[in-house]
Amino acid sequence: MKLHEYQAKELLAGYGVPVPEAHVASSAAEAVDAAVRLGGRVVVKAQVHAGGRGKAGGVKVASEPAEAGTIAASLIGTTLVTFQTGPQGAPVHKVLVEQTVDIDRELYFSVITDGERRRPVVIVSSAGGMEIEEVARETPDRVLTEPIDPAIGLQPFQGRRLAEALELPASAVRPFVALAEACYKAFMDTDASMIEINPLVLTKDGRLLALDAKMSLDDDALFRHADAAALRDTAQEEPLEVEASEAGIAYVKLDGNVGCLVNGAGLAMATMDIVKSAGADPANFLDVGGGANEEKIATAILLMLSDASVERVLVNIFGGILRCDIAARGIVDAYAKADRRPPLVVRMLGTNADEGKQVLADSGLAIELVDTLREAAEAIAR
Amino acid sequence: MSILVDGNTRLLIQGITGREGSFHAERCAAYGTNLVAGVTPGKGGETFGGSVPVFNSVRAAVRETDANVALIFVPPPFAADAILESADAGVPLVVCITEGVPVRDSTFVVRYLEGKATRLIGPNCPGLISPGSKAKIGIMPGNIHTPGKVGVVSRSGTLTYEAVDQLTKAGIGQSTCVGIGGDPVSGTSFVDVLALFNDDPETEAIVLIGEIGGTKEQQAAAYIKEHVRKPVASLIVGQTAPPGRRMGHAGAVITGEAALASAKVAALEAAGCHTIPTPADIGATVSAMLGG
Repeated sequence: MKLHEYQAKELLAGYGVPVPEAHVASSAAEAVDAAVRLGGRVVVKAQVHAGGRGKAGGVKVASEPAEAGTIAASLIGTTLVTFQTGPQGAPVHKVLVEQTVDIDRELYFSVITDGERRRPVVIVSSAGGMEIEEVARETPDRVLTEPIDPAIGLQPFQGRRLAEALELPASAVRPFVALAEACYKAFMDTDASMIEINPLVLTKDGRLLALDAKMSLDDDALFRHADAAALRDTAQEEPLEVEASEAGIAYVKLDGNVGCLVNGAGLAMATMDIVKSAGADPANFLDVGGGANEEKIATAILLMLSDASVERVLVNIFGGILRCDIAARGIVDAYAKADRRPPLVVRMLGTNADEGKQVLADSGLAIELVDTLREAAEAIAR
Repeated sequence: MSILVDGNTRLLIQGITGREGSFHAERCAAYGTNLVAGVTPGKGGETFGGSVPVFNSVRAAVRETDANVALIFVPPPFAADAILESADAGVPLVVCITEGVPVRDSTFVVRYLEGKATRLIGPNCPGLISPGSKAKIGIMPGNIHTPGKVGVVSRSGTLTYEAVDQLTKAGIGQSTCVGIGGDPVSGTSFVDVLALFNDDPETEAIVLIGEIGGTKEQQAAAYIKEHVRKPVASLIVGQTAPPGRRMGHAGAVITGEAALASAKVAALEAAGCHTIPTPADIGATVSAMLGG
């Protein structure tokens, strides 16, 4: 689950991370008011769950409060298209009005879990304000990754090592170590999957400030963070994906017209790949999960059909925990309820596959039954 | 022959009285696995299926039954505790099926296991199976497997079944099939399993199935290039996934270029692996690799 910049900054500030003074505004009037309180000259930043806001026109400087109001009015209620949002963009409902800062240097700081090292790592770079992937590719010597032992947490010597890599002035080392410790603590306390401060700036008067902040939380840990769950902004997510996640279905909307329903994430990705290799385009990734029942399968089919771009449907079920006859009943049930019935190709294998195929045959629906992945892809691409 | 589990496996199931636990306990036993104990705190003294004793703690179960493999079906908030309890009781192999374990919990668990004799497989995995010795420790459909000499290692569940099904239909049996799980932090890596297959005299070839996200496949490629002397066929799924989106598996988010399918395919090819061009070609590619 992603947080907005203003939410991440409020959360991090609570741990002692220095952030610029700022106020959230939901209207032009609120933005003007915020700018007055901040002394006039401010930065107005669109709050969306995506990077690349600056280049997309979502971050603008206002020299006086009225201009802050004008900028806020031009952003709030629109959708912002950045290289990370896709062509549909992300809706702007709030802006962050923030004091301007005299920047000496822009740095990069993040905490993530490194699956290969199997522990959290702090990553810093002296090349802030850029995509860290690009920095790592072009100038790997400017990126330092420090693994943290979760048993003892981030140690001060590690903070000093990171500060040295950033070539910070002596006066900024202790504040930096404190910032790193605060971020690590926030990361662990909140079950974060990422905290990224880019840029972390050193101001002309020698202070460190988190000028931007991105944070995402582990969806699987939300059960123990009721307060964090309340920060979710479903307006930033694809409506069908929100509906799916509430039904316990993993769904990602894509650009094609072949609806794909599969059990298991790996097989779902494999199915998308084979559909693509046969010359067709998947309309979605959809994993009904292992323990799906009839209702969940039906819900998944109806959800998929509510996407108007779906013109054909491919169901690929490898019965294990999920029995094929259960899946078949869910399919028949959904097609009985649906207001449109796109052509359906079904492949069933594993537990109770024959019973499942019988259910489909008895339904009287025009279903093309296939046996192999290859046949499934060819049938759907035809 | 096989790796990790075989005819000497004495299986204990944590969460045996739950819906999932009891369903799969029956199927593991029916396949031929030696199911010796169950653990559900508060239900000690009961029996499962008329003959399998249920204990309050793993320590008691091990003391009474000499169980040497633990299979976990407890819900996500309690899964880490279940793994730690089995490790504390000295169980050498712990397999955690549970999906949705918080990453922080897994991080603490694998840190605790460092330097200990317990190996963890998972969480969020289908488990493992050695068809030749009738040992099924997991949720995979047993009947698609056939004894043989190809080892399978995969991050996925149902895609592993797909791979096994294609192998069996191509007349290729399996020594052991291991699903290491789709989470970002897990107990056993590709490299761990590759090392075991490499040393297993009865495994003659290996099938590796990876996916987008992270760099686990690159680590596997580096290990294969350096150490593995057996033919390896590899498949990477998620070629068509858009960047930055979570494709069901928490580990399958593309972040950075190394996480792209193309980067993984290239690394494995450079290590001498036989690339399986599409998920429909698993059986045919392995068959050709074995000279059949």
